Amino acid sequence: MRRPAPTTLRRRRRTTLLALGLTGALGLAITPSALAGSILPQSGGSSAANHISSLYSITLYIAIVIFIFVEGTLLYCLVKFRSRKGREAKQRHGNTRLEITWTLGAAAIVVALATLTFLDLHAIRTPPNSGPGGLNLSNGVQYKTIGSLKPPNGRAITIQVAGRQYVWIYTYLGVSKQPDGLGDPYTTYKMVVPTNTTIILHVVSQDVIHEWWVPQLGGKVQAVPGYMNPTWFKIDKPGTYKGQCSFLCGRGHARMIAEVQAVPPAQYERWLNNLHRGIAKAGELDAACRKELANSQGAGSVELKKNC
Amino acid sequence: MATATISPTPEIIAHEVSRAPRGLMGWLTTTDHKRIGILYLVTSFVFFILGGTEALMIRLQLGTANNTLISPEVYNQLFTMHGTTMVFLFIMPVLAGFANYFLPLMIGARDMAFPRLNALSYWLFLCGGLVLYGSVFWSPPEAGWISTVPLAESTYLPSGGVDAWIYLIHLTGIASLLGAINFFVTVANMRAPGMTWSRLPLFVWSVLATSILLIISIPVIAGAVTMLLLDRHFGTHFFDAAEGGSALLWQNLFWFFGHPEVYILILPSFGIFSEVLPVFARKPIFGYKAIAASTIMISFLGLLVWVHHMFTTPTPLVVIVFAMISSFLISVPTGIKIFNWIGTLWDGAIEFKTPLIFAVGGIALFTIGGISGVFLAMFPVDWQLSDTYFVVAHIHFVLVGGSVFGIFAGVYYWYPKITGRLMSESLGKWSFWLMFWGTLITFMIQHSLGLDGMPRRVYEYPDVGHLQLYNQISTVGSWILGLGVLLTLVNVWRSLKHGAIAGPDPWKANTLEWFTTSPPPVNNFDEIPRVRSLEPMKDIRREVERQSREGAGARRRAPDKVRVGT
Repeated sequence: MRRPAPTTLRRRRRTTLLALGLTGALGLAITPSALAGSILPQSGGSSAANHISSLYSITLYIAIVIFIFVEGTLLYCLVKFRSRKGREAKQRHGNTRLEITWTLGAAAIVVALATLTFLDLHAIRTPPNSGPGGLNLSNGVQYKTIGSLKPPNGRAITIQVAGRQYVWIYTYLGVSKQPDGLGDPYTTYKMVVPTNTTIILHVVSQDVIHEWWVPQLGGKVQAVPGYMNPTWFKIDKPGTYKGQCSFLCGRGHARMIAEVQAVPPAQYERWLNNLHRGIAKAGELDAACRKELANSQGAGSVELKKNC
Repeated sequence: MATATISPTPEIIAHEVSRAPRGLMGWLTTTDHKRIGILYLVTSFVFFILGGTEALMIRLQLGTANNTLISPEVYNQLFTMHGTTMVFLFIMPVLAGFANYFLPLMIGARDMAFPRLNALSYWLFLCGGLVLYGSVFWSPPEAGWISTVPLAESTYLPSGGVDAWIYLIHLTGIASLLGAINFFVTVANMRAPGMTWSRLPLFVWSVLATSILLIISIPVIAGAVTMLLLDRHFGTHFFDAAEGGSALLWQNLFWFFGHPEVYILILPSFGIFSEVLPVFARKPIFGYKAIAASTIMISFLGLLVWVHHMFTTPTPLVVIVFAMISSFLISVPTGIKIFNWIGTLWDGAIEFKTPLIFAVGGIALFTIGGISGVFLAMFPVDWQLSDTYFVVAHIHFVLVGGSVFGIFAGVYYWYPKITGRLMSESLGKWSFWLMFWGTLITFMIQHSLGLDGMPRRVYEYPDVGHLQLYNQISTVGSWILGLGVLLTLVNVWRSLKHGAIAGPDPWKANTLEWFTTSPPPVNNFDEIPRVRSLEPMKDIRREVERQSREGAGARRRAPDKVRVGT
């Protein structure tokens, strides 16, 4: 059997590898947004998610090169070195120089990946200041952040996210209108936030471990009883972002969903005022009810009037 | 001399040797490492069928969006039983089975160091399995194979399922611990003459490393589940934040065991790859010392990385960074292994027998799991991927691609030694291709499921995005994978009667287990050969050839009767 000259072979091999690599890279480069959710992590809600997605995609490029190289060499061996008539295996025990080379090569890739991670870490972990179109937080101390995460100017909206079998409860910290400071407004299931404004979340749990995750807004954080685990997001575009508890919390785990609705600051303030009005009204009803109860005491009546 | 010295003469007192019990009694009372090995292998494959059935039911439930076929309660029980079974009742004991059968043979020993302890290990393992599966008749555990607290506390799961899980961990844990000590002592003391540490087969190296990991990590999980048991029934509050305990304590203790556990599950399979490849490539293993050293390196680093399972917990950043860097470092010795395996194939004369195909396919699939592991080690990326189907895909490429394909390579490679018969090659190849494509189809698409926002351990999902399509692909893949496994089980059964007679050394292999007959006699070797290299069987075959060349007219002797060494 005649074999092509070794140089031709090598060239052909190089062309094939190059073609494979290029197709892969091209396929990834064309429409990154369309690939989110199947090839890349979801993003687009908050900058942390975008940074994670780009860190992921750089890693993916490196991974594809390694994958093609390793699997390609393996496949090449299986085709090229299969047992045939007259084929003798070369009795080789190792090659120290080659082994040192690939050890150093693997170490170099690892160092590169660690460096990339550290370069991106600040942008992912540390919240930025609110944008120019965001809620005006400059006047009023009620919006000062509490806890470990804060933007450089220290001003953000802080929301406590409490996980409970099987619902998320959002308490807007420090915005109570009552003189005693108690009665921060809260909602369940749906969180409403202003756009362009830095939101700090204090994730806690009331029973078992839960995990807060809205993919388009960034990574997840565990809600562990006894701990406060902070995270943040800042949404530029108004819209609805969906997520769900991602840590097994019992039989209703799959139904423990979350929704974040980002609205323009003016609309947010209207919504918050509505919430305050509701709280005030509930307070009035409460007072009336207490009065009724006090009046009905002693008369032996357990029937409650319209307010209770 | 006046005084005559009296030297003691050896005195032989012959007792009547009690006959070894036969039949069922023989199996129940055996201390023979080979019979115990077979018990381990058969029992763990029974649990494999159970765990596999549970997996197929999970995939069936996820076959369509908003499916109501299985209730949330039963679904949680299914994935808990599936994970627990595959880890503690299949992969660990099946590898213990191979190690039991072949480790003494490979190092030229007549049995394990402590044969009765060895039998105790098996029976404790079986009891653990029976306790867990006994719970099926009232209420199986449903807190996942990691039994995270506080969910596993009696406040949230008062039924006995979690207790059954705790006793499973205790019983199989003691079994593993005793087994590990036994293997360690056997390797340290009972090697054939001439078998230095640098001539130890790589499978034995991997069992040795695994034993060390078990000895270090099992006491920690035993302590943790004891604390859980005390919390559940005796009023302690180790994991109860309201009373000054910590739920994170459980995660730290569990993963301190749980991560080395992954290497306990995969290193012996790596050892099988390292045994099978040189035999069928007809070449020595490439870089023996590097592979042995990387096994030890992986074990050591494997003890430092447990926090990478906890990147999303409230843990200080410096600890998280340490976990990332140590996890990255593991990819170096793992990469060394893969390169050395490819180096072993390079310039070989590869014979495509079923054991080799499973080994190579396993390496190809494991590589995917290894690469996806790098993504998960980068903690900001893990914040997106953790607890999603991306992780499910990763562990299954590692544990199916790495461990299970290694186990199947071992089954096809060593079956002739255990039974004296060869398995069907054509059925074996069908099984391989179905399993290979089944694994790829089932688990590759699960990366995308995770990226698309599907958390793990959910019994239903809404019909949004591509979730339903991706899940359907995965479910179809699981049937293909299941069919592939079934074919090997049929092959094992059929070949018992119909397989071709293997002879002592059907593969022309390198290690000492092929020196004796198939199946080996009770005492393994009438004569233990002196080991002169890493591949004693090559030396022996060469010696046989030389002798038969020299004594052309002389009576030829069967290879296993040839006198080698002193």
